[in-house]
Amino acid sequence: MRHRKLRAAGFNVLGLAVFALAVFPVFWMVSTAFKPDDAIFSTTPKPITLHPTLSHFGDVLGNPVAEVSFWTYFRNSLVLALVTVVASGLLALLAATAVARFRFRFRTTFLVLLLIVQMAPLEALVIPLFLDLRRLDLLNSLSGLALVYIGFSVPFAVLMLRGFVAAIPKELEEAAALDGAGPVRVFFSVLLPLVAPGLVATSIFSFITAWNEFLFAFTFLDDQDKATLPIMMQYFFGHSGNAWGSIMAASTLLTLPVIVFFLAIQRRMVSGLTAGAVKG
Amino acid sequence: MLDTASAVGKAPDRGDPGPARSRRLRPGPYLLILPALAVIAVLMLWPIGQIGVMSLQKIGNRQLRGEPAEHVGLEYFRTIFADPFFWQTLRHTVLFAAVAVTLTMTVGTLIGLLLNRLGRRMANLVAGGVLVAWATPPVTAAIIFSWLFGTTGGLVNWLLDRLPDALVGGGWPDHNWFATPLSTYTVLTVCVVWQACPFVAVSVLAGLKSVPSELYEAARVDGSGPWRSFWTITVPLLKPIFMVLIVMSVIWDFKVFTQLFVMSGLANRDAFNLSLYAYSEAFGSLNPKLGMGSAIAVVLTLILLVVTAVYVRVMVRQGETA
Repeated sequence: MRHRKLRAAGFNVLGLAVFALAVFPVFWMVSTAFKPDDAIFSTTPKPITLHPTLSHFGDVLGNPVAEVSFWTYFRNSLVLALVTVVASGLLALLAATAVARFRFRFRTTFLVLLLIVQMAPLEALVIPLFLDLRRLDLLNSLSGLALVYIGFSVPFAVLMLRGFVAAIPKELEEAAALDGAGPVRVFFSVLLPLVAPGLVATSIFSFITAWNEFLFAFTFLDDQDKATLPIMMQYFFGHSGNAWGSIMAASTLLTLPVIVFFLAIQRRMVSGLTAGAVKG
Repeated sequence: MLDTASAVGKAPDRGDPGPARSRRLRPGPYLLILPALAVIAVLMLWPIGQIGVMSLQKIGNRQLRGEPAEHVGLEYFRTIFADPFFWQTLRHTVLFAAVAVTLTMTVGTLIGLLLNRLGRRMANLVAGGVLVAWATPPVTAAIIFSWLFGTTGGLVNWLLDRLPDALVGGGWPDHNWFATPLSTYTVLTVCVVWQACPFVAVSVLAGLKSVPSELYEAARVDGSGPWRSFWTITVPLLKPIFMVLIVMSVIWDFKVFTQLFVMSGLANRDAFNLSLYAYSEAFGSLNPKLGMGSAIAVVLTLILLVVTAVYVRVMVRQGETA
């Protein structure tokens, strides 16, 4: 008995150690953001400052970052993410309904296609897409970038949503159809409300994809007033020395919304990514 | 916790339209997948084909200004295969993926096993903690690790300086981690493994929950220890999930771009991997070589295509047997 208790205590200690190591980098980011400069560059770093300051956040939010206000980057990121969420959510909902509700030729082909493109190296696609958007005059524009983000988030969104659609009892739709509702009506007044939680989870995933994206935004956007938050982070470097306080304050502002969203949907993320891997 | 619906298996029976309705081909499902399919075709499939074509063409400033692309055949492939620098970037890519995937799988599995042993409250706390690492955007993760491993005020150098010199050597306060490829990739590995092992841990935990505890009890009665139970029960039962996780990790780590770009940048050619090399050829200078960049991207894509084929095979097979 005593032995078992001792072992449980050992696992708990180990658990706390894992927790500490896992959150430490993020903790260090936040704590640096609140430290005055002399504590940041001190030769004896301390975990927490006794004189926390908001001056780094004030700098980031109040002063322009490379001539453009933080809020411009923020607005660009937000608009891009929201457009991606709405468009890919809609496309994915339609496709997920087809895959979960109907059996048709090429259904399996379509699903395999989704699995493949979900793994496609975007780092390679950036080269041809640069030329394509250039031809369409969509380079250096948020709408061109939104288009690309929609394409990237749709495959995973379909794979994730189909589980939610499949979980809705078919009988509900049949009952509504018997009551005289057409397919469009059934879709909007039966399927849509029931699949809403899944749609939220999928949306958050698409939001994070667009919010975090760096490579395409960096390559396609030239004007600073069109840049997004991850691109803004680049502007902090390369000046005279690194202002780590402001960098960490800006990183905190970029990161916190993602962490909050992520914790909200993590369960669904895992099942979407590894669906099919474990037998029920 | 894991979706039991298979990825590409049969539709749930509930969705079966039945014999009466399936006689004629209905346009419904095709119309529903059409928009998604169109977006995927235009934004993903078409460009993949384009890389192939572009890798055979010279596309530089003159071509960008409107001159027709010049066909050069396999010249770029001959050039890169003869170039030791290409092989160096390929070596970096493969070695990094091998080390990072091994570490990610090992650490992630250990955390998953630990989570399975903890009480509910403690497990939730630890799972929440590791998810914070997973949720951190790649750009910020790379910046945080650059700061932790930095020269002025960097925590890692400070810690190493505290340790006895006999153990870790001296001269740490001014040590520049980004001076050599080996130490750059060390930081990159720590950063990527930190971000990637939570996903492995949570997936392994989900798999462990699906293993009937009677199996372990029976093994214990038969006198088998935890180490042996792990290899004789857990590993065979979770083999499908391990397969998927390994393949996904290989793909992710093979094409890592953002973190390396933020930490080391385009100026530091010695530390390039394949994706940074392709990008730098295509966009890195005032004299863009999109054809050359495409040729390198083709190599990257082909390698990943092979890995993806394994992934799809695993997923389809599991879908069929589920």
